[in-house]
Amino acid sequence: MSYQRVKFYQTGTFTVGNRLLDESNRTVQAGMDRTNSLNSGHRACQGCGEALGARYALDAVMRATHQQMVAVNATGCLEVFSSPYPESAWQIPWMHSLFGNAPAVASGVAAALRAKGKTDIRVIAQGGDGATVDIGFGCLSGMFERNDDVLYVCYDNEAYMNTGVQRSGSTPPRAWTNTTQAVGKDPGNPMGIGKNLPRIAMAHGIPYVATASVADLHDLEAKVTKAMSIRGARYIHIHVPCPLGWKSDPAHTIKVARLAVESGLFPLFEAEGGEVTDRTPIRKKVLVEQYLELQGRFKHLLHPRDEGALEAIQAMADANIHRYQLLPLKA
Amino acid sequence: MKQHIEGSQAVAHAVALCRPEVMACYPISPQTHIVETLSRKVKAGEVGNCQFLNVESEFGALSVLIGASAMGARTYTATTSQGLLFMAEAVYNAAGLGLPIVMTIANRAVGAPINIWNDHSDSMSMRDAGWLQLFAEDNQEAVDLHIQAFRLAEELSCPVMVCMDGYILTHAYEVVDLPTQEQVDAYLPVFEPVQVLDPQDPVSIGAMVGPEAFAEVRYLAHNKHLRALEEIPRLSQAFQDIFQRSSGGLLKTYHTDEAETILLALGSVNGTIKDAVDDLREEGWPVGSIALRAYRPFPSHALRHVVKGAKRIIVIEKDLAVGKGGIVSSDVKMALQGVPIIVDTVIAGLGGRSIPKASVIDTVKQACLEGLEEPHFLDLNWDAINRELTRQQAQRRSGPTPENILREIGAPGASPI
Amino acid sequence: MEQKPFAITLNPASSLANHTGTWRTMRPIYVDHLPPCNQGCPAGENIQGWLYEAEEGKYEQAWRKIMEDNPFPAIHGRVCYHPCETTCNRGQLDEPVSIHAVERFLGDYAIEQGWQVEAGVATGKRVLVVGAGPSGLSAAYHLARLGHAVTIIEAGPKPGGMMRFGIPQYRLPRNVLDAEIARIVAMGVSIHLNQKVDNLETTIKEGGFEAVFLAIGAHLSKRVDIPGRDAGRMIDALGFLKGMDGQTVPKIGRRVVVYGGGDTAIDAARTAKRLGAEETILIYRRDRGHMPAHDFEVEEALEEGVLTRWLHTIRQVDNTTLTVEEMTLDEQGRPQPTGRIETLEADTVILAVGQEVDTGFLENVPGLDISSDGVIQVDASMMTGRAGVFAGGDMVPAERTVTVATGHGKKAARHIDAYLRGSEYRKPSPNTVATYDRLNTWYYTDADKSRQPYLDLARRRASFEEVVGGLDKDTALLEARRCLSCGNCFECDTCYGVCPDNAIIKLGPGQRYEVNYDYCKGCGVCAEECPCGAIDMVKEVR
Repeated sequence: MSYQRVKFYQTGTFTVGNRLLDESNRTVQAGMDRTNSLNSGHRACQGCGEALGARYALDAVMRATHQQMVAVNATGCLEVFSSPYPESAWQIPWMHSLFGNAPAVASGVAAALRAKGKTDIRVIAQGGDGATVDIGFGCLSGMFERNDDVLYVCYDNEAYMNTGVQRSGSTPPRAWTNTTQAVGKDPGNPMGIGKNLPRIAMAHGIPYVATASVADLHDLEAKVTKAMSIRGARYIHIHVPCPLGWKSDPAHTIKVARLAVESGLFPLFEAEGGEVTDRTPIRKKVLVEQYLELQGRFKHLLHPRDEGALEAIQAMADANIHRYQLLPLKA
Repeated sequence: MKQHIEGSQAVAHAVALCRPEVMACYPISPQTHIVETLSRKVKAGEVGNCQFLNVESEFGALSVLIGASAMGARTYTATTSQGLLFMAEAVYNAAGLGLPIVMTIANRAVGAPINIWNDHSDSMSMRDAGWLQLFAEDNQEAVDLHIQAFRLAEELSCPVMVCMDGYILTHAYEVVDLPTQEQVDAYLPVFEPVQVLDPQDPVSIGAMVGPEAFAEVRYLAHNKHLRALEEIPRLSQAFQDIFQRSSGGLLKTYHTDEAETILLALGSVNGTIKDAVDDLREEGWPVGSIALRAYRPFPSHALRHVVKGAKRIIVIEKDLAVGKGGIVSSDVKMALQGVPIIVDTVIAGLGGRSIPKASVIDTVKQACLEGLEEPHFLDLNWDAINRELTRQQAQRRSGPTPENILREIGAPGASPI
Repeated sequence: MEQKPFAITLNPASSLANHTGTWRTMRPIYVDHLPPCNQGCPAGENIQGWLYEAEEGKYEQAWRKIMEDNPFPAIHGRVCYHPCETTCNRGQLDEPVSIHAVERFLGDYAIEQGWQVEAGVATGKRVLVVGAGPSGLSAAYHLARLGHAVTIIEAGPKPGGMMRFGIPQYRLPRNVLDAEIARIVAMGVSIHLNQKVDNLETTIKEGGFEAVFLAIGAHLSKRVDIPGRDAGRMIDALGFLKGMDGQTVPKIGRRVVVYGGGDTAIDAARTAKRLGAEETILIYRRDRGHMPAHDFEVEEALEEGVLTRWLHTIRQVDNTTLTVEEMTLDEQGRPQPTGRIETLEADTVILAVGQEVDTGFLENVPGLDISSDGVIQVDASMMTGRAGVFAGGDMVPAERTVTVATGHGKKAARHIDAYLRGSEYRKPSPNTVATYDRLNTWYYTDADKSRQPYLDLARRRASFEEVVGGLDKDTALLEARRCLSCGNCFECDTCYGVCPDNAIIKLGPGQRYEVNYDYCKGCGVCAEECPCGAIDMVKEVR
């Protein structure tokens, strides 16, 4: 990544802020003047990863665009917990239309701005994994294919949480959801199905695709900032744990996200024009079990142990590590 | 400037003069000529800085317009039939958000069986979505209604469908008086949205509304339509002032003053009906007709006013509420509650079936002399139906009904190979 | 707003009306825990505090923070055995922060810059300090800061005590020692050299002192019973090392044996090597693992060519022949004779088997409790049985190091001050220790410890030049930044950033943060992610 890495501790390559760094090199989230695009009083569950991811991403866009941004939101948790009448938590121009059309609505906003010659205002579309990989996929693909000037941000919590935890095309193998129950043979979500949307986005050849995690704010902000330096269709896929749906401790939201990255299950990378151009190396590699054991949705794999499943999931992580070269050889 | 021109091209011409800023279209017959023409005009730079988006579906098309309209752009699309149903969720959404989008419906039947010809099943399916629905009788009116639609939509913050019969109007070449840019500009002011996505005034549009306020929101949508009942005649008059011709309004009457029997219909069939009225009147039958211009809002008051004194009203409609009968006639009955008048329903013209003047005349006579069963299906081939019903009774797996019917009536290409 | 569509369009941040804090069952609170380095420091330094300043390059602030507790940063940066680094949590992550190296840099930098500490507003009280070693000088310094007039009486020819006479100059250059003592003298402390207190009560009376701090150290070398002991060939280590600072360098032979296993033994062996002994053998009753000496010093001695004979005792010395017996360790680790005897040749034998206190001058002081080895008992306020007479350093029961002695000086000064004011000094009860498990170390960048330069071996064997070099300014800065700030907020903004509810208020530089309990849902992400463990989750009580 291009952001400044400083090689000592308090200087926070990894902490949110850093009193030792020049203000301009600190994260957006460290700033007392950050937008708080999604403000207090929203009704997200305790420890909501999506609420956090949305503020991270949008605040970074706000800084990158000098507060010239409008956001379109798909139906889902983020929409429902942020904007139930009579209170909205948004401090940005924000619009919700439908579950499956956020990319198209955003395309429309961008088209209107183009028609009016107001191209200094930038457009964000955002939604959960259901809105993105499933119901809104057609519109998203259209937005990509036309290369509309929109940054689409997917907050991936790996199931339909708003409706009470049902499986989506992004639900990981063997995870419990209310429609992939932990019963019968091979309990949980079947192995080997689902969608890898970042790769699908890359296949459209759009200018910029990246994955990010709420566990690595610097990486996330750098990617959002980079995305905003580019025109055309861009896609960022952010991993956001859901304590409710993952049956994890709300306090562990970031920890769980971190373990997903550090195990290799959620690789952090960037792609431009369809080619992977960079990846964020794993800092301290962990086994997938360390990630799984914090989440009740995988309990049936560990109590009693399902060696076959654990090996298969570890193999997925290892394949990612190999594919994206997440463990650089030490010099 | 009068010109011999295809209906689709005339409409495209009028839409272009309305200075739309964003159009998003997905092709579907018989709407294609409209969007093709607009696409060419935009690409040729004839529509200012208008953005024309080729999208992946009708759902996408209307969704694009929802975003563009919320950003303060004047927006337009066209669709029909399956396309309208595929965008259904967005149709409701656009109205709920109060976005003044104008959409042409090139009316067409809804499958299955798949059918590309004209009836009104498609727009009827969206009659309660909150959009205004205006029906054109001919291509001149189609052109004029589009211009009025933009102004109406923007004054009320409410989307408008302009319905014109597929093929019958869209593909018909007629002489049309095409408006000039100056006329349109004089009639249609610059769009000033009541709300817009604006970094300087960052509101949240599209909140989730619970039981505590949902009913009020719906009432306000209804109230908007009540206001439309006043706006539509007013804007029709304003149109006449500039364009020097009468166009639009809630409804148009034909010899209703002394009529005992009044025919009522939407769209292009009114041409046939007026011919039938002329013939019947020549034979001495006291008949007249009403062409409904505005179907939503439904002009109940205006209707009561024009039918007073009549004994019978025959609604000829190109749609069917399966299991019930007439859709338009139901509205008419509601509107005429308490008025001592017979309301007949005639289901006609489904899937592009022609409505011959003779059939209309026969039906009127039958109604007046014997009365009509409710609903009455015009020119139904009872032999084919009865044979199919017999077959179905005899054999559970009797095969697909549409193919059986086609075979019964000996349509070309329908016989087994 | 009224023109906006009813209900479906909302004003920005109208959600602030919704106080989600009512959901909370646990509440986060900011806490301060005692960093293990501070806990481990015998001089009571706020190490984390001065590292924090040093991290920003605020060297003078950092130095002044040290000076609140310890007047000898340059000395301690060299000779302290830094227990702080043993307890440093970073040691469990990679390697401890090289605290002593940063302290030494700050001390040296202060000398270079000529920074001075001012004496406090004069109280008019007079205090006598007996002994100008680390403990006495430290007490004098702190008393002077508190405004008391201090007189030090020192028996030796120069101030510094064991810092001068026990620690070789290749570990502590004398210009450093002199500079840090000079700073105390400049505060108005008067030091009377070459004077012995023969009768304490008389001295007190004559000098008009209202309190006394005794810190004469332990300068009497212990004796061991070795048959055939030859006074000419056998010398005691302390005398030997002291001689190095005298007019004439002690004479030793070609082959030197040092007997003992403490730091003094090591110092003696390394000094002998530097004086030109061709062969220096360290003889110790137990093995290397049981030596009281600090291992890095043993290592340095071995590097310099000192030979060792672990598990041996000297049985007899006859002229140049030493009879030694091999020992074995029993289960308790005590040496037991094996009966296996051998002989060695040595021209000089240096005995380094411990020191005792010379308490002769205290004989007529009433109420003192002096044990057989001369150690004086003191109470928790460092006061002896005689009111107003305090004692510290090597002459009271404690570990005998410069740092412990310096700490005694500070502690005694605080109690003496309270005594003079007729009150009682109460040390604030310390916070619980910030243990390693409180930390979220993921947030800390990997950063290897900075290495101090070493003098090359050839020069180490032949000269008294300082062996270990200091860090330069930049390296010291980087090393300071390795501090994890265990248990105390260092304003990293992580809590402020990770709260999904914006419920942390950032108060601005130096002001830390506050929880906005109107909106805090009590999820605990802030406490879980806090790198340094400065947030606790406690049960919500309403």
